[in-house]
Amino acid sequence: MSDLVLTEPGIEALPTQEYFINMGPQHPSTHGVLRLVLTIDGEIIRKVEPHIGFIHRSIEKMCEHDAYRQIIHLTDRMDYLSCHMNNEAVCLAIESALQVEVPERVKVIRTIVSELTRLSSHQLWWGVMGMDLGAITTFLYGFRDREMINDIFEETCGARLTMNYNVPGGLMFDIHPNFQKRTKDFLAHFRTKLPEYDRLLSDNPILRSRTEGIGYLSKEDAIAYGITGPSGRASGFACDIRKRLPYSAYPQVEFKEILLTEGDCFARYKARILEMWESMHIIDQLIDNIPEGEFQAPTKQVIKLPKGEYYQRVETARGDFGVYIISDGNKSPYRLKFRSPGFSNLFVLDKVARGCKIADLVAIMSTFDYVMPDIDR
Amino acid sequence: MYDFTPFVDSIRNYLTAQFSPGVAMALIWTIIILIYLAFYAVLGLVLVYAERRVCAFFQLRLGPNRVGWQGTFQTVADAIKLLLKEPVTVNKADKLLFNLAPFIISLAALMVLSLIPFAPGLQAFDINIGLLFIIAVSSIGVVGVLLAGWSSNNKYALIGAMRSGAQIVSYELSVGLSLLTMVLLTGTLQLSEIIAGQANGWWIFKGHFPAIAAFFLFITASIAEINRGPFDLPEAESELTAGFHTEYSGLKFAFFFLAEFVNMFTVAAIAATVFFGGWMPFHIGDWQAFNRIMDFIPPFLWFFVKVGGIIFLMMWFKWTFPRLRIDQLLRLEWKYLMPLNLMNLILMAILVYLGWHL
Repeated sequence: MSDLVLTEPGIEALPTQEYFINMGPQHPSTHGVLRLVLTIDGEIIRKVEPHIGFIHRSIEKMCEHDAYRQIIHLTDRMDYLSCHMNNEAVCLAIESALQVEVPERVKVIRTIVSELTRLSSHQLWWGVMGMDLGAITTFLYGFRDREMINDIFEETCGARLTMNYNVPGGLMFDIHPNFQKRTKDFLAHFRTKLPEYDRLLSDNPILRSRTEGIGYLSKEDAIAYGITGPSGRASGFACDIRKRLPYSAYPQVEFKEILLTEGDCFARYKARILEMWESMHIIDQLIDNIPEGEFQAPTKQVIKLPKGEYYQRVETARGDFGVYIISDGNKSPYRLKFRSPGFSNLFVLDKVARGCKIADLVAIMSTFDYVMPDIDR
Repeated sequence: MYDFTPFVDSIRNYLTAQFSPGVAMALIWTIIILIYLAFYAVLGLVLVYAERRVCAFFQLRLGPNRVGWQGTFQTVADAIKLLLKEPVTVNKADKLLFNLAPFIISLAALMVLSLIPFAPGLQAFDINIGLLFIIAVSSIGVVGVLLAGWSSNNKYALIGAMRSGAQIVSYELSVGLSLLTMVLLTGTLQLSEIIAGQANGWWIFKGHFPAIAAFFLFITASIAEINRGPFDLPEAESELTAGFHTEYSGLKFAFFFLAEFVNMFTVAAIAATVFFGGWMPFHIGDWQAFNRIMDFIPPFLWFFVKVGGIIFLMMWFKWTFPRLRIDQLLRLEWKYLMPLNLMNLILMAILVYLGWHL
């Protein structure tokens, strides 16, 4: 029973009561099988309890029985929108353990494909964000542009979503002869479409009023909860792994780390939009300078990592993704742990959403950009 | 030239001559009711088709433009799907109210529809308190929404119903006030006379600025009153799954669906009647030749083109804007639309007092 009691002279006091509501596991805006137990007072949220585990496939345990080459394929199925970066994290960990020198060509191609993946992930996020706020049209505009990236991927490695383009020591195939041209075509196309995104959604007063000042997350809380990626950087937490611990071709390229200080939903929205510009800038610098050379460094058929512990972090579209491998010298890891960005991003929800309306919760959830298989693994 | 009055009168005279007064009356009403029910269903289908097409063009979607000739099969598929679905009733739902709610909503939609003048002589019910009747009857719909939400035994439905209660009751004020502004100008509540008064120019042109303002206020408030985007909070797909009709399926859901579309039509029809001259053709001062050509176009065509334009405007809003939050929605009404409407009313009163509208 809350303290909200209507009292007026002559009218008997009307007591009100908090109640529970189950949001999910089948709900249009939980983006997968997330179950949120909300404690609600009218429309105002008093408490959010995320319950996860509906899509748990024990990927980490499966990895303990798989060869290192097989592990890479499992990482696709976690954050399927950043599949290339997940692959890359495992490959980089294995390569650093084996001390394999990866050809320059591979590094550059990996970076380009990573950034294309980031772009496609953010495009999908933008579409879904609009849809969550009721502007259904954005969903299809986001997918329209994403389709071009998927076509490039399809031509490059045969798959559109879960690509498995990385193998330890390099790439599975060399790039398609059309790759550079189509990527440049896409960039030219998307440079005209990104301002359209702004016109349609970013500058819309309704979107502004739905997101500005809503779901505030301070820098301290972002650090305390381990919020990484665009969501953390929107709160001012400089956590871009591409800048902090550069890997692949990132040391060669010039780009800004998007840092905003507002920490509200609109800042997280803006961070992703600006990040798309930066991604395009990175690809611009690399696409004409892909060095000639091998697309794979020679590795043994059966990979056995030397005994020890290895950790590799990469920046996925959602934030800091880590792979922690303990090897006892066998062909599969003794223990493997993934640090997925979505997991820590999810559990800040209660902190951020208290006192908001139900509609705000939807906005907050979409600006944190959850991908459920990434959280459950 | 295209007056339907003689035709309608001849039917009436024939029936009254053939049968006793009571039977004739009953027959006339039966015919009218059957025509309206058929029109209601056809209107729903046409509007669903229009919505799918418009939204497909907005959203670059191919399906609704390709299925069958110009996408017509999509609507057929929709209708068949709705007819064949199992009507599920939730456990512990209040069966009586649960089944009653769709009918109340449809009833309200139909009753408003009966006042719309489609062409000269084509109007079922021409009473002298027309606009007042429309405002009064259109608010019965909210009872249906509340019943649906309450009887479903579902928290999402309940939240949707409560939202809709707050929303419709608030926005009714703006709808009423903006129509009242126009009543000052027209000097009558009877729809046929409102149209007759526009023979020498539509009210939106004769009423200067206040009439234009009243039109925009009316459209905004009406969209909110009929729960369409960007004010579709009672349904709020991404928040409440489907709001007040979450638990409805099959034909019962179709009733809500139809009522929403027919409400859209009636709102557009009222706007066309009050602001754009209903079935009255577009005339410019004393351009005799031009006015002749305009007169040549049948009145019901004029009416449906005007209504279609306003419906397109509403669809455009829906497929472009994000949805508001409930507190922002209520703030918009009570802090902006209501005071604006009241000011507009005063402006219009001054204008009419000074006789600038003649």
